[in-house]
Amino acid sequence: MNPVNYLYLAALLFTIGATGVLVRRNAIVVFMCIELMLNACNLSLIAFSRMHGNLDGQIIAFFTMVVAAAEVVVGLAIIVSLFRTRHSASVDDARLMKL
Amino acid sequence: MIALLIAAPLLGAAVLLCGGRRLDRAGHWIGTALAALSFVLGAVLFAGLLGRGAEDRTLVQHLYSWIPVEGFQADVAFRLDQLSITFVLLITGVGSLIHVYSIGYMEHDERRRRFFGYLNLFLAAMLILVLADNYLLLYLGWEGVGLASYLLIGFWQHKPSAATAAKKAFLVNRVGDMGLSIAIMLMFTTFGTFAFTPVLDGVGKTGEGTLTAIALMLLLAACGKSAQVPLQSWLGDAMEGPTPVSALIHAATMVTAGVYLIVRSGAIFNAAPDAQLVVTIVGAVTLLFGAIVGCAKDDIKKALAGSTMSQIGYMVLAAGLGPIGYAFAIMHLVTHGFFKAGLFLGAGSVMHGMNDEVDMRKYGGLRTYMPVTFVTFGLGYLAIIGFPGLSGFFSKDLIIEAAFAKGGTQGWILGGVALLGAGITAFYMTRVMLMTFFGEERWRNLPAASPDQPDVEPAADHGGGVPHPHESPKVMTVPMIVLAFGSVFAGAFFGIGERFVHWLEPVTSFAHGHPPVAAWVVTVATVTVMVLGVGLAWAQYGRRPVPAVAPRGSLLTRAARRDLYQDDFNHVVLVRGGEHLTRSLVYVDHTLVDGVVNGTAAGVGGLSARMRRLQNGFARSYAVSMFGGTALLVAATLLMRAV
Amino acid sequence: MSFPLLTATAVLPALGAVATAAVPAARREAAKWLALLVSLGTLVLAVLVAVRFDPGGARFQLTESYDWIPAFGVRYELGVDGIGVALVLLTAVLIPFIVLAGWHDADPLETQSKRWRPTQGFFALILMVEAMVILSFEATDVFLFYIFFEAMLIPMYFLIGGFGDRAHQGGEEAAATQRSYAAVKFLLYNLAGGLIMLAAVIGLYVAAGSFSLPDILAARADGELTMGTNTERLLFLGFFLAFAVKAPLWPLHTWLPNAMGEATAPVAVLITAVVDKVGTFAMLRFCLGLFPEASKWATPVVLVLALISIVYGALLAVGQRDIKRLVAYASISHFGFIILGVFVMTSQGQSGATLYMVNHGISTAALMLVAGFLISRRGSRLIADYGGVQKVAPVLAGTFLIGGLATLSLPGLAPFVSEFLVLVGAFARYPVVGIIATFGIVLAALYTLVLYQRTMTGPVRPEVAKLPDLRVRELAVAAPLIALLIFLGVYPQPLTDLVNPAVRHTMSDVQQHDPEPEVEAAK
Repeated sequence: MNPVNYLYLAALLFTIGATGVLVRRNAIVVFMCIELMLNACNLSLIAFSRMHGNLDGQIIAFFTMVVAAAEVVVGLAIIVSLFRTRHSASVDDARLMKL
Repeated sequence: MIALLIAAPLLGAAVLLCGGRRLDRAGHWIGTALAALSFVLGAVLFAGLLGRGAEDRTLVQHLYSWIPVEGFQADVAFRLDQLSITFVLLITGVGSLIHVYSIGYMEHDERRRRFFGYLNLFLAAMLILVLADNYLLLYLGWEGVGLASYLLIGFWQHKPSAATAAKKAFLVNRVGDMGLSIAIMLMFTTFGTFAFTPVLDGVGKTGEGTLTAIALMLLLAACGKSAQVPLQSWLGDAMEGPTPVSALIHAATMVTAGVYLIVRSGAIFNAAPDAQLVVTIVGAVTLLFGAIVGCAKDDIKKALAGSTMSQIGYMVLAAGLGPIGYAFAIMHLVTHGFFKAGLFLGAGSVMHGMNDEVDMRKYGGLRTYMPVTFVTFGLGYLAIIGFPGLSGFFSKDLIIEAAFAKGGTQGWILGGVALLGAGITAFYMTRVMLMTFFGEERWRNLPAASPDQPDVEPAADHGGGVPHPHESPKVMTVPMIVLAFGSVFAGAFFGIGERFVHWLEPVTSFAHGHPPVAAWVVTVATVTVMVLGVGLAWAQYGRRPVPAVAPRGSLLTRAARRDLYQDDFNHVVLVRGGEHLTRSLVYVDHTLVDGVVNGTAAGVGGLSARMRRLQNGFARSYAVSMFGGTALLVAATLLMRAV
Repeated sequence: MSFPLLTATAVLPALGAVATAAVPAARREAAKWLALLVSLGTLVLAVLVAVRFDPGGARFQLTESYDWIPAFGVRYELGVDGIGVALVLLTAVLIPFIVLAGWHDADPLETQSKRWRPTQGFFALILMVEAMVILSFEATDVFLFYIFFEAMLIPMYFLIGGFGDRAHQGGEEAAATQRSYAAVKFLLYNLAGGLIMLAAVIGLYVAAGSFSLPDILAARADGELTMGTNTERLLFLGFFLAFAVKAPLWPLHTWLPNAMGEATAPVAVLITAVVDKVGTFAMLRFCLGLFPEASKWATPVVLVLALISIVYGALLAVGQRDIKRLVAYASISHFGFIILGVFVMTSQGQSGATLYMVNHGISTAALMLVAGFLISRRGSRLIADYGGVQKVAPVLAGTFLIGGLATLSLPGLAPFVSEFLVLVGAFARYPVVGIIATFGIVLAALYTLVLYQRTMTGPVRPEVAKLPDLRVRELAVAAPLIALLIFLGVYPQPLTDLVNPAVRHTMSDVQQHDPEPEVEAAK
């Protein structure tokens, strides 16, 4: 099968993820969308790995998975503590960057 | 020696102005002594010149280099020749006499020391003016006398009218000075120098156009200093100054500096006939202008000021005639220096005895109360109207002859104007004479010295009430007597045998003019016109009583009283216009130029306020801009690749 | 190695500034005397510089050169030519008078605590400015010059913003607002100019490979260095804009009236007589020296702007109601003359411009400081609040008049010499420009005499009836300045001897010759 199709799929997944990050307000959903984008990247890395015939892309994909796992740990912790203090999981309620 | 001549009054000015109150008691004596010393030095130099041959009478003293700059050399150097020594003697002689006179006239003024300081400053500047060996140093003296004149006109500074008159004199003179400075620049670019000898000798090497430009600029300068049309308006107002000042600066010496400038630059004017024509026109117009104004003024000093303007008009006219007129211009200048100074001192003496009243309608019949003043003033009067045998007769008659001698239509017109002027001169001077010394004693019926009279010189105010006319003290009358001698005999002494003309010839060159009619015809015509003028004046002011309040008068009289509306014109066009211009410029500077600056600042501020709103704190909107930016970058990269 | 005299002229006031600032609050008077002593010491050093300088010798003398930032080729390089000596002298002469005139300007009010310290700060800042200005006259490394050119803004900012006239018609609050407005405007305006210059300085390094002015001049003379026409023009504009803001040239002038109006009179003198001179000095040295071709290219525009400055400044001076702002606009007119003299490219014009910088410094100091004495007596800057002062305080009026006469360039006083040289220089190359500039002298007479008439003559106003005449300290400020004005007006040769050789160098930099007189040319 043509590996370019995997790239199309990856681009589609990435776009869905990005749209989700931008559009949704629930922190959990945003978080899942970020994961979706990461996985879209993984998919394209692996597709490239296959196209070029070396293992570099697969190795990087493993790295990404490790980082994503770490991110899930930290991110979920932040969301939980946010929910505890503000009783809401909406990202718009956390506008601490503006004075 | 020449430098010493100038240093004496300069020292006097420095000592008197910086000396403080300690010198109050002796100040006037110091000032007078130094002026007299200067006169003595001048006389010694004169004797020295007489001892030399006619062609060998030019002494140049080079003191030091004033402004040495690449390609530009200005020296402090003095030149003594027949022309300048004539002026030196006139300036220091009349100056010393007026110093003496002022001792009496300014006796009650608490600032007398300063007055003498200014007078000395004036003498020094005037001497620099006439002795300078280059135009730039002449310019120094030129503005120096302007400064002295400014200080002295405004001597009674607490009077707003005096302060305004002083400012006006300085400003109008500055317009003239602009002409002088442009003339010097033109000389520099043309000849590479502005010393007298190279410039005047180099005239032949350049074109007539340049010379005409230089000559016209010099004429502009002369108009400013000598109160010629169109820059004459300051002289009448300058009478706000103390009377000795009017006599010395605004009659005898400073105002004649313009004539000196033209005669000194004769070589330039000779080579620029168009400019000469303009000079004669200016002279002729001023001659009539001053005479007409002089006829209508009731203020004795302003009437004399009009006369001064008119007489200088004669001199300028003569100077415009070229070699046939230069010597006569200077000769009239000297005789005028005598009789006009005498007349002004006489007027001062009258004012001194009349509680500083200047309105001639409030005089009358004063001849018995102040006989010395009457006789000396009378002699000056006879001299100025050109009574045969007195000095004015010789000098003025020669000018009228020379004017006819210009030849052609121009000659007839100029001669006719000069002749007419002589008649008007006789008229207004007779009017002054009759109103002041003859007729009924109008001052007896006056109410107490009117408090609304702004011209009262409070320095010598003896209190109100009916004035008690009295003769002035000796210290004032003696200078008047000396000047009267000069008015009587100077003309004959100079004129007979053309002694004065030959004396000046090496400097000014001389050519005999040939009038279209015989010389005696002109003389007879002049005397006839003079008699006519006197007769007319007698008919109007001698036979009939003079009303104490000025009648409305004809259109011409009213116009003449207002200086032929020239001041009004200046006021409307220059003063008002200038005010509007500066006001609107201030507005423009504030709103437009500064507005652009402040607008830029406000624009930056506003823009950043807008930009701040983008930072709304939503992580998502930041993410949008990140995505957008990345997408743009990627698109740009792809585009670059594609191209 | 010989004694670093040039460094010493700047280090002394800088150290003096630190020492003055460190004087304890209670010993206020000691701080003043210390500042005066230091400024006099600097004057002695400056005179030494002038004595050691040989007008006939090399172009830059008393040079010092050390590596500073070798990575960028920045060197600590000092040296003076005749023009630099003249301006260092001017600065060193004026500062003692400024200190003396400002003796009480920063005293604590009665309501303020005994621990009030700004008195020390005031004098320390003045000395700091002196050090910076002297260094910028002496620096021959372009980058070094840039640093001092910008650094002097900092003390000036505090001097303008921190110290104002005691009595202000709008009350203390309004005074503070207007002061900080003026100070910020001064700072931003000059910083903006400076920033453009910084870009040009870096550009110069790229184009010429060196920051050292003597090296660049030598390379140019040998033909080793050529710049592209456009590069040169852009770099010229970058430098010129910064100097035109500082000078100031129309239409970049609007900060000056605000700054001079709100600052105390001595600080106003510091601005216009000392700090602004760096701008015109730099035009003469850097613009003409580094970019001769571009300077010639820009000449028509610069001349027109200078003419506008002359006439416009004078007209606005006539329309002012505030004494200090009037002097500020008069200064704008005079700066127009200086820039005119620099850019007409004749020796008379450039000698005149250099003398003008010196003479304008002295004459403005005389006029402005005496005006400051007057203002401090009456507590108002408005011309309309005065009248008849001559009767009450004749010495004050006399010195004021002489200052005014110097401003209108009366022959016999120093400014006449320089103004006439500029006019002749302008006329020789561009007659029309010379004639238009001559109108400036009539307008100068107008604003000066109107100012004198409205304040000094006429009936005595009741508010001024009790004004005291000049005190000894004030006379000690006015009299020497006036003596200097008269001396340099009658005998300017010491100055011209200094300046002439330097001008010859500048003229050869721009490869211009004076126009020959018509008569000579015809031969």
